Amino acid sequence: MKMKLLSLLITATLAQYATAEIPRTASGKPNFNGNYDTATLTPHQRPKAFGNNLYMSREEADKVVAAENEAQAAGEKELDPNREAPPEGGDGNYALGAGGVGGYNTFWIARGDTSLEIDGKFRTSILYQPENGRYPKMLPAAGARMMKKYASFSKGNPGYAWWLEEEGPSPYDGPESRTLSDRCLQGFGSTGGPPMMPTLYNNFKRVVQSEDHVMILVEMVHDVRTIRLDSKHVSEDIRLWMGDSIGHWEGDTLVVDTTNFTDNPGNGRATRDLHVVERFTMQDETTLHYQFTAEDPNTWAEPWSGEYTWPKSPDPVYEYACHEGNYAMGSILRGARLLESEYKPKEK
Amino acid sequence: MRKITLLLLTAFTLSACMTTSEGPGTSMTTDDYRARRGPDGVHPDLNGIWQALGSAHYDLERHMASAGTQLRHAPLGPVPPKAVVAFGAFAAVPPGMGVVVGGKIPYTAEALAKRDENRSNALDRDLALKCYMPGVPRATYMPYPFQILQGDKDFFISYQFASSVRSIYSEDPGPAPIDSWMGQSVASWEGETLVLDVTGLHPDTWLDRAGNHHSEQLHVIERYTPMGPNHLQYEATIEDPAVYTRPWKISMPLYRRMEQDFQILDFKCVEFVEELLYGQWRKNPLD
Repeated sequence: MKMKLLSLLITATLAQYATAEIPRTASGKPNFNGNYDTATLTPHQRPKAFGNNLYMSREEADKVVAAENEAQAAGEKELDPNREAPPEGGDGNYALGAGGVGGYNTFWIARGDTSLEIDGKFRTSILYQPENGRYPKMLPAAGARMMKKYASFSKGNPGYAWWLEEEGPSPYDGPESRTLSDRCLQGFGSTGGPPMMPTLYNNFKRVVQSEDHVMILVEMVHDVRTIRLDSKHVSEDIRLWMGDSIGHWEGDTLVVDTTNFTDNPGNGRATRDLHVVERFTMQDETTLHYQFTAEDPNTWAEPWSGEYTWPKSPDPVYEYACHEGNYAMGSILRGARLLESEYKPKEK
Repeated sequence: MRKITLLLLTAFTLSACMTTSEGPGTSMTTDDYRARRGPDGVHPDLNGIWQALGSAHYDLERHMASAGTQLRHAPLGPVPPKAVVAFGAFAAVPPGMGVVVGGKIPYTAEALAKRDENRSNALDRDLALKCYMPGVPRATYMPYPFQILQGDKDFFISYQFASSVRSIYSEDPGPAPIDSWMGQSVASWEGETLVLDVTGLHPDTWLDRAGNHHSEQLHVIERYTPMGPNHLQYEATIEDPAVYTRPWKISMPLYRRMEQDFQILDFKCVEFVEELLYGQWRKNPLD
């Protein structure tokens, strides 16, 4: 029953493209080889104001772009090379990992510069199923699991060792306490997925394809998905960070089925029982259409689906050596030990 | 005339060396084998999962067995450092015939001294031990499989160790804008051989566990030649005027992983070295 529902949803992909000229390999298969910049300003989930409306006008789409440009321009000011150093002890702004001394700023952020347009219509979200373009309501057990996993992160870093005032683990006890992206084990925002989603930065993908394999390099953390064509899934004892992906051709569409996840799939809500079906189609010379459906009986009562386009990019993909440059992990832990040594109960 | 005789003699001596105990020979002739054509229908098909066998990853040069890469002095002879004693036979280095053509790496005197010093400090200095991407050519002959993806014109190599990957270009993009752990590779064909020209390599990677090293001027020219349906001859010319007195070569076969349904499984070693790298800064450090 579940499988039936899933395949029904997959068939109901919303994009309908006219048969355009697409690149083909020497053997006549659609040719995906190339680099893609998958960044888009269109959010994963639809802002509630749009309700069930999948589309927005060109005017509305322009507004989204203008707002991003404005935010970027404002951010550029913070990049003034002649600006003063933050005050000793930080400026008190602990938002977005800034750590009070200016961590992230506009320099890092590359969320794209266009709104998602499919078949000449602008989209309000990448998700189109459920109808409101938002993740289905999580099952109660999943909600409880998420609370447990992330509760200790909700406090951020207010500048003192608050965790000494509380029972239970803190987010600074050891390397394993940190997120998988802090640990350089996985990119954040489900950038490697599957499903592969656009995120704050480093949204490049490189695809190289042979007759029986399709390889997708995910820029962030140099993660590689190697999709075996006309193969079968590895034993369920074997679990992989991005799951075990097998693919086959349905006409000019590459259909990829992924199972065998670990307890920590790219989608932070999901579990090892996540099942993802993706459909890759070259829409024209330079645009790959990417569609996906995900389901996980431990997390959601229903599957969810989305789609967006990957424009080809002439730019190269550089090495993302995360672990080799991970000075942050040691600093985070040393910083926490320092705060603990300075902690005085009355500071509360 | 005398010069020519001398040259011929030298050539004879060299070729004799290569087929005897002085190390491996250069690549064998490929005249008698023509591989299946690859996706472009023109060049040989190198697609597959490959792996080197042997002890080159311990030490590229010919070496006898020893108790370990890094040893410490003890009154009755060298023993392994305390940190690895518990590994027993697993920490010992098996012997190897060497893969350096001609036998020895032609270091400058200074660079040779640095190699020896590296070897005495391998536990601290070998970055692959910390699960850093191992660089080129080392990634090729580490004891883990790697997969060559060959499209019509595009190539990709993904290695099991540290999930390392290569940026391989079919058209030369010009000098690498910045050094990287796995370098910038430009692919071309020379007959039946895939040639990867590798530059932009980070100076801190090693060539093996024995402290063999290079500088940021390293230039590696790799050659992959099919020798049969299930093995490639691998040859790498290594140039670095800051470290070696002349270019030198390594040469070894690579074998196809023949197991049915073989695939590269995850070996993200990052999580396995967290205790090594960060354990001392835990809230409650372990013993």
